[in-house]
Amino acid sequence: MSEIFADILIQFLNGLAGASSLFLVAAGLSLIFGVTRIVNFAHGALFMLGLYLAWSLIDLFGRSTLLGFWGGVLAAALCVGAIGAAIEVFVLRRIYKAPELFQLLATFALVLIIKDAVLYFWGAEELLGPRAPGLRGAVEIFGRRLPEYDLLLIVAGPLVLCLLWLLLHRTRYGMFVRAATQDREMLAALGTNERHLFTSVFFLGAFLAGLGGALQIPREPAQLSLDLAVISDAFVVVVVGGMGSIGGAFLAALLIAQAKALCIALGDVAMFGTIVSFSKLTLVVEFAIMAAVLVLRPWGLLGKPLALARGGSAHASPLDPPGQLFWPTSLFVLMLLAFAPLGGDRYLLVLMGDIAVFALFAVALHFLMGPGGLVSFGHAAYFGLGSYAAALAFLRLDLPAEAALLAAPLAGGLAALLFGWFCVRLSGVYLAMLTLAFAQIAWSVVFQWNDATGGSNGLIGLWPAGWLKDRTLYFWATLALCAAGIFFLWRTVHAPFGLALRAARDQPMRAEAVGIDTRRVQWLAFALSGAFAGLAGGLFAFAKGSISPDTLGVARSVDGLAMVLLGGVHTLTGPVLGAAVFTWLQDEIARNTQYWRAILGLAILALVLAFPYGLGGALKRLRGAS
Amino acid sequence: MMLEVRDLDACYGRAQILSGVALDVAPGEVVALLGRNGAGKSTTLKTILGLVPPTRGRIAFHGAGIAGLAPYRIARLGLGYVPEERRIFTDLSVRENLEVARRAPRDGLEPWTPARLFKLFPNLETLVDRPGGRMSGGEQQMLAVARTLMGNPKMLLLDEPSEGLAPLIVEQMEAAIAALKRDGLAVLLCEQNLHFARRLADRAVILEKGQVRYTGTMAALMADAAVRKTYLEL
Repeated sequence: MSEIFADILIQFLNGLAGASSLFLVAAGLSLIFGVTRIVNFAHGALFMLGLYLAWSLIDLFGRSTLLGFWGGVLAAALCVGAIGAAIEVFVLRRIYKAPELFQLLATFALVLIIKDAVLYFWGAEELLGPRAPGLRGAVEIFGRRLPEYDLLLIVAGPLVLCLLWLLLHRTRYGMFVRAATQDREMLAALGTNERHLFTSVFFLGAFLAGLGGALQIPREPAQLSLDLAVISDAFVVVVVGGMGSIGGAFLAALLIAQAKALCIALGDVAMFGTIVSFSKLTLVVEFAIMAAVLVLRPWGLLGKPLALARGGSAHASPLDPPGQLFWPTSLFVLMLLAFAPLGGDRYLLVLMGDIAVFALFAVALHFLMGPGGLVSFGHAAYFGLGSYAAALAFLRLDLPAEAALLAAPLAGGLAALLFGWFCVRLSGVYLAMLTLAFAQIAWSVVFQWNDATGGSNGLIGLWPAGWLKDRTLYFWATLALCAAGIFFLWRTVHAPFGLALRAARDQPMRAEAVGIDTRRVQWLAFALSGAFAGLAGGLFAFAKGSISPDTLGVARSVDGLAMVLLGGVHTLTGPVLGAAVFTWLQDEIARNTQYWRAILGLAILALVLAFPYGLGGALKRLRGAS
Repeated sequence: MMLEVRDLDACYGRAQILSGVALDVAPGEVVALLGRNGAGKSTTLKTILGLVPPTRGRIAFHGAGIAGLAPYRIARLGLGYVPEERRIFTDLSVRENLEVARRAPRDGLEPWTPARLFKLFPNLETLVDRPGGRMSGGEQQMLAVARTLMGNPKMLLLDEPSEGLAPLIVEQMEAAIAALKRDGLAVLLCEQNLHFARRLADRAVILEKGQVRYTGTMAALMADAAVRKTYLEL
């Protein structure tokens, strides 16, 4: 028994050390969100940058000297802080008035750019960092060894928490930060120039992320996948703790790091006659905690309800009902697309098929985001579960592809019905985060359930037999199904159900007062959107012949968001346009350079800065102006 | 003229809220902006301060155009805004609420300090360390006015300062505004409460559906029952 106790204690201390870094990143994210209301997707990338910069700067200053190591760590954090400030000045400042989601898209573009910059400067290999001079040893606790450096990290977290508290509550600057966190518009009305505040808060937040990264240098190798891994952890911490609450972030970081540590410590335990592998739960446990917290305390442990949303986005213009030419034009475009394979260009066929699938995916997501006003950060879950359901029905149940395809919308819809029940109880950023959490849980399950899903290898051999074997016919089937799905969703937006959905978005209380069960309407919208995303996923699986957990990864969810935002949330046709442009761009660039991410990111940034209302919105404005 | 507004239009999305609003406020003058709920009174104030972007028209403060400037610039020129919802920083103490709004003294005006404000609003003095969130509505309203005064404004945009307050507090608020007027501060006062406005205002401007329907002295308005019945009474 004492063995287990020692194991748990050492993992507990390990958890404390892990919590520190997590807290630094989350505190920065929370500060930035509090003041600017920007959810900085690039915060994980800044963490990663801190780690890489520390690696190089410590090398430069001297690995073995105290000054070289700590000077390197501090310099790395300061560099990242400066980069954060530059991002605010050159990118985000230009789009504060654009819809909230555009800022998100811009920060995601930064993720892509930073990732490729790191790839360019440091290469794709993992880099092992130096150990801290003077802290290379380990202390012995109950016969277990704990690295001395971990002890330092255990102290670092609470220390930074204290310093931040002093900064926020005992300085003039902190007073302004707190005021802006609550109501920055009022602060501006009292004569404070928000710009300086925003830039400095970005510096501070990025500095903390960089410091969090740099401090990890003796503990974990620098690698390119850290950005998304860290950002989802940090999101979870911030949401569990309460957006904008530094103390909450600390508490949440502790809770989550400890829960993970506990899972590792328990390992495989025999329970109820079977072996339960707790170590496998580490990927899921934080998201499970988040889901539980959000359901019980929708504003996080120490958070407060957000009083004021940002101005502008609340007054979205109502959608125009489709004009006389809308349906004929759509039909014409569809006919045109149907001729695509006749040229015999195999590449074009694949590309058009991808565009059709992603157009349906984007329209399904848009249905939820636009008319529904429910932003999903994890829509790939429904797409991916659709893929897997169809694939498993095909492979394990030996169903023909046509029948297996039915499983796709069913799985997507059922999953959305389940997850959506929780999600519609929240709103705004919290809802988005919960969708992300569910998507991560789905991903973890698919990734780890080797027996059923093939784990990280995925499933192969998904080539339909019979008439669908012909790629041209498969393309036509895809096109027909996607078009039918898209038209159905478009019709629904203007049907009574769509009107109720939009009413629930714009005026939930008034909608309730006229007898609309807003939660139920939103829940159904969730299911509908999930079903069509699932259908898209199923079609995707048979088009590619194989699927992997990437099908439902964060990156795919973000792709969907990028498509919708690129096209414009406030138009119906926007998502189709966005999906086409995005898929084509991604494909085109990826074929020509290994730095396709950076180019895609720059393209997104350019588009966001040039058309802050999306491509569809820009077209609409052009028409309105002429 | 201290404030000159001409042909002012403003929209929320596609809905036009103000059309062609015109009004003047002279130095040291209190002008009441009257009208029923939804007439566009608050929007007029917000548009003057730049919180709602004007889509057309001219706003001049001391002869210089301010339409299109950022709110913080307009505030720094000497326009102090007290919103209807008060918007106290609830996490900040009373002292901190005052401090975040402190701006440099203005030539020719005695600078506001917390001590001087406590003479105007004695209730606040005992609450200096209390978080703004734990004050009564009346105390918050006083703090909202006091906070704006910390910016040493030359003119106040006051949005419904008497709304939802107990009669005793309304009297105190009235006395405070009267004192500010005696010091020479110009005020544009949005009000639904005609009895509150009539004792303070020199002139009145009445809005209906975002348009100015009446401009005249307060005395003339009080003498004209027909106008009051048409635009103000329910």
